[in-house]
Amino acid sequence: MDAMLREYLPILIFLVIAIGVSTAFIGGAWLAARQRPDIEKNSPYECGFDAFDDARAKFEVRYYLVGILFIIFDLEVAFLFPWAVALGKIGMYGFWSMVLFLAVLTVGFIYEWRKGALEWE
Amino acid sequence: MIVQAIVFYVLSAVLIASGVLVISVRNPVHAVLFLILAFFNAAGLFVLNGAEFLAMVLVVVYVGAVAVLFLFVVMLLDINLLRMREGFLRYLPTGALIGLILLIELAGIYASWSFGAAEPGLLAAPAPDPGAVPNTDALGRLIYTDYIYLFQAAGLILLVAMIGAIMLTLRARSGILRQSIAHQLLRSRASSIELRKVPRGEGV
Repeated sequence: MDAMLREYLPILIFLVIAIGVSTAFIGGAWLAARQRPDIEKNSPYECGFDAFDDARAKFEVRYYLVGILFIIFDLEVAFLFPWAVALGKIGMYGFWSMVLFLAVLTVGFIYEWRKGALEWE
Repeated sequence: MIVQAIVFYVLSAVLIASGVLVISVRNPVHAVLFLILAFFNAAGLFVLNGAEFLAMVLVVVYVGAVAVLFLFVVMLLDINLLRMREGFLRYLPTGALIGLILLIELAGIYASWSFGAAEPGLLAAPAPDPGAVPNTDALGRLIYTDYIYLFQAAGLILLVAMIGAIMLTLRARSGILRQSIAHQLLRSRASSIELRKVPRGEGV
């Protein structure tokens, strides 16, 4: 347990240094720079003229479809990792279990390909 | 050991603080960003408990995909900030009730775990010592053989989710020219080029 955590120690040190450096940059800029904000400086800037409308425009729903399809295949890959690690111990049964899982998802993949969900136009 | 304790308290404090900020900041985009921070801290807590694989999955799936999806939803909905605040008090009792139920359930799980763990027979698959078997390996030995039905059910759920997402959001659009690669490759010289003798000084 401790040996496992010791392997993560470099990441912890890295995180501490990263937080320290970024805090130093932001804090240094905040302390050292002159700050005289006014309405014009704080207003949204759009190439010289006044902003036309709200920046929070609606996205198209097709981005959402791409996101969902990405999540599904992301999960599929997440299932592959422990399988690959333990493949030597789970034998042919475990191997074919994963092949069946992949086959089920391949059905969905063929469906979305034929349906044109992966095309953007 | 002391480092471990410090890291635990820092991660927990940031996790709880960002969880509170998720539901209290005004801007929904900022709320999603705090949610991502909460996910990262929870992943750190998983690592502290020896559950490396769950930590990595939390980062890959939740931070990489689910949080991006939440951002999409926030941007899809065209949220009016002022109208969002209106129902706050009206929904507060319902939200508090759901939170309370979750808290009671968590307490029940903790109680049954801490009182029942003494009897090994209660555990369907006792976790091996994390020093001897890495967490990912231990999971891999169980998921694909002992829990094969649940594993295949997960595959079917993913399939249904895929088909459902396509059915809900995909619309066939008319009047759009698509590239048909097979059609392009099947064009032959005979179908696309015609050679003609053109007499000099006259048109075709």
